[in-house]
Amino acid sequence: MSKMHLLDAGIRKKWGSSSPHFCWFKSSFSEKTTWYNYCNNHVIKNCQFPPVKVPGEQKAMIFVGGVISLDFPREQLKAFYRTMYTIRSFEERCNELFLAGKIPGFVHLYIGEEAIATGVCATLRKDDFITSTHRGHGHTIAKGADLKKMAAEIFGKSTGYCRGKGGSMHIADFSIGMLGANGVVGGGYNLAVGAALAAKMRKTGQVAVCFFGDGASNRGTFHEAMNMAAAFKLPAIFVCENNQYASTTPYRTTTSVENIADRAVGYGVPGIVVDGNDVFAVYEAAKAAVERARAGGGPSLIEAKTYRIKGHFVGDPELYRSREEVRERFETDDPLKNFRKQVLAANQLTKGELEEIEEQVQEELNAAIAFAEESPFPEPEELFQDLYVEGWGEACGK
Amino acid sequence: MREITFAEATMEAMAEEMERDERVFIMGEDIARQGGIFGQFKGLPQKFGFERVIDTPISETAIVGACVGAALAGMRPVADMHFVDFITVAMDEVVNQMAKIRYMFGGQCTVPVVLRAPDGAARSAAAQHSQCLESWFVHVPGLKVVIPSNPADAKGLLKSAIRSDDPVLYFEHKDLFRMKGPVPEGEFLVPIGKAKVVREGTDVTIVSYSATLHKALKAAEALAHEGIQAEVIDLRSIVPLDKETLFASVKKTGYLVIAHESTKNGGVGSEVAAVVAEEIIEYLDGPIKRVGAKFVPIPFSPALEPLMLPQVEDIIAAVKESL
Ligand SMILES: Cc1ncc(C[n+]2csc(CCOP(=O)(O)OP(=O)(O)O)c2C)c(N)n1
Ligand SMILES: [Mg+2]
Repeated sequence: MSKMHLLDAGIRKKWGSSSPHFCWFKSSFSEKTTWYNYCNNHVIKNCQFPPVKVPGEQKAMIFVGGVISLDFPREQLKAFYRTMYTIRSFEERCNELFLAGKIPGFVHLYIGEEAIATGVCATLRKDDFITSTHRGHGHTIAKGADLKKMAAEIFGKSTGYCRGKGGSMHIADFSIGMLGANGVVGGGYNLAVGAALAAKMRKTGQVAVCFFGDGASNRGTFHEAMNMAAAFKLPAIFVCENNQYASTTPYRTTTSVENIADRAVGYGVPGIVVDGNDVFAVYEAAKAAVERARAGGGPSLIEAKTYRIKGHFVGDPELYRSREEVRERFETDDPLKNFRKQVLAANQLTKGELEEIEEQVQEELNAAIAFAEESPFPEPEELFQDLYVEGWGEACGK
Repeated sequence: MREITFAEATMEAMAEEMERDERVFIMGEDIARQGGIFGQFKGLPQKFGFERVIDTPISETAIVGACVGAALAGMRPVADMHFVDFITVAMDEVVNQMAKIRYMFGGQCTVPVVLRAPDGAARSAAAQHSQCLESWFVHVPGLKVVIPSNPADAKGLLKSAIRSDDPVLYFEHKDLFRMKGPVPEGEFLVPIGKAKVVREGTDVTIVSYSATLHKALKAAEALAHEGIQAEVIDLRSIVPLDKETLFASVKKTGYLVIAHESTKNGGVGSEVAAVVAEEIIEYLDGPIKRVGAKFVPIPFSPALEPLMLPQVEDIIAAVKESL
């Protein structure tokens, strides 16, 4: 059972000394894939999703991936890397461009959290829905958005997704089910519930994923949405990106539980804790939740543990944490590094293949940013455009 | 024409629109099994099933937010807010989400949601079950606001609201639900943004809506006995405001009184007065007068409640002060 001990140690290292919860993982070392469900050193083999619960256990399951990369076809691995690397590079560019004074407003970067959007969105259909947050670039890219239109929007240009009306915090692409980033923390839950309700009513088989932060988990809307989704058995998946901070506040100082996913118990839905810096683990957890939702099993709550590498927004003086803390986290647990290490060690992709992807992405980004820079700003006449469908906004405003 | 109640008229509108468009559904608290507090949903689930007439948890943010989300996913939801007082609980969903989503996302989507909100003081419901809050939403770009005063308009405006691709707040006064009146059968639409001159006159314009309109009509009748011919306008829509009808009347009469049940301070009357003063002040021959609820929460006691609400006598007095 040395593997169990390894897992146990890993959990403690990453997620503190809380008593071992459920651990649910997939092993592909042998020919056949086996699902394990693990609690206090008891292992239940071949379990179903949601895993069997030990009576009396009141906590979320911890889901550990790690070894499962061996299962994936090379194209999928490449797609993972392409998405994660695109997000990382897009955000790095945003950082530079913001500091150069080229981007108005606020920008919240997703650096360090790429594996979550990537792993989750890889399990979704094009017509599935997502709702996003102020830190939404990663979700948008992972759902398949056009980088040119994204960049243009962030620049406030008329060629942007929202014709310059939204900016970084309000990008949406309804053609791919991306129902919008939201400037209101906790504003997305109920929209996802509604989209899931629509999917259920129309029997389309679509699901709705709501991304939200650890800080957002303390909004009252969390409760209303979780309960309604669970009571109506809606195809919704709630994905908490626990990046340890809500702006300047460490989540443990404002949140009563170690694992936000533990709250799932109160709604009678599966709660899953997953390593948010491991794209394979995220993918597997999301896949199970999505399959369950599509099959009519109702919602799940996934908590992906991660860490915000950059400030809350670009320009954040970060007085609430030490540089050493950030450096240590980034050096030891960077989702892109983790991925590269795994696939290279397993000889699944070559260094050359990774570099080729990187070059392609950089070129695409150059084109996207050039497009944004060259695009015109909206004309004054566009001020009232798209307020009302009938278009009498101007008459109202004057 | 056959006569039905205001509640029946809204129900007819719901049923016709649900029949016509399968994307239309309604959700709210105690609407399906109970039929609504005012009986305004009785029989609907029997016709359309509990999947389209949905009893929700007591979760106002989820009710409004889910309506918006469902609209973004292609449905045409209607929500019943139970009492308008509880819309306060979902203000983010109304103001930051529902109203702004279309504009903020550059017109990529429409948000065809209707929020039905029973309002008004009736039978000592006290401070948290009696308010009229329509004025708040005049201040929020992106919303349409309608507020019928009779069964026919109740039907016609609700049907138009459901067909609107923009979000609509539909206020329905609790005292009106049992009011009977002629209502056309079948297809009957009242356009949003069109006021109606309900009594013609030459001496003063009284602008009103919802239950207070009936007080305005009584005031006009009393004034007629004294030789003052009041023109009474039922706004019906507050956003957009039908300036054309309003201005035509004020230009004719030269005097303006606005009467509503919501608080006078910062109320719809203030907006109407400001618009008239700004744009056609030269047609005014006397001061504009506003009649509204007093600036105090609504008290419970039957001895106090009427004191804070605008009464027929207040409207008559306002007209006389203006002339
Ligand atoms: C309702 C609301 N309250 C406060 C804010 C201000 N605010 C913006 S982001 C943020 C922190 C959110 O933390 P979390 O949910 O953990 O997301 P993260 O920024 O870590 O991704 C706060 C307080 C807001 N936008 N909306
Ligand atoms: Mg956070």
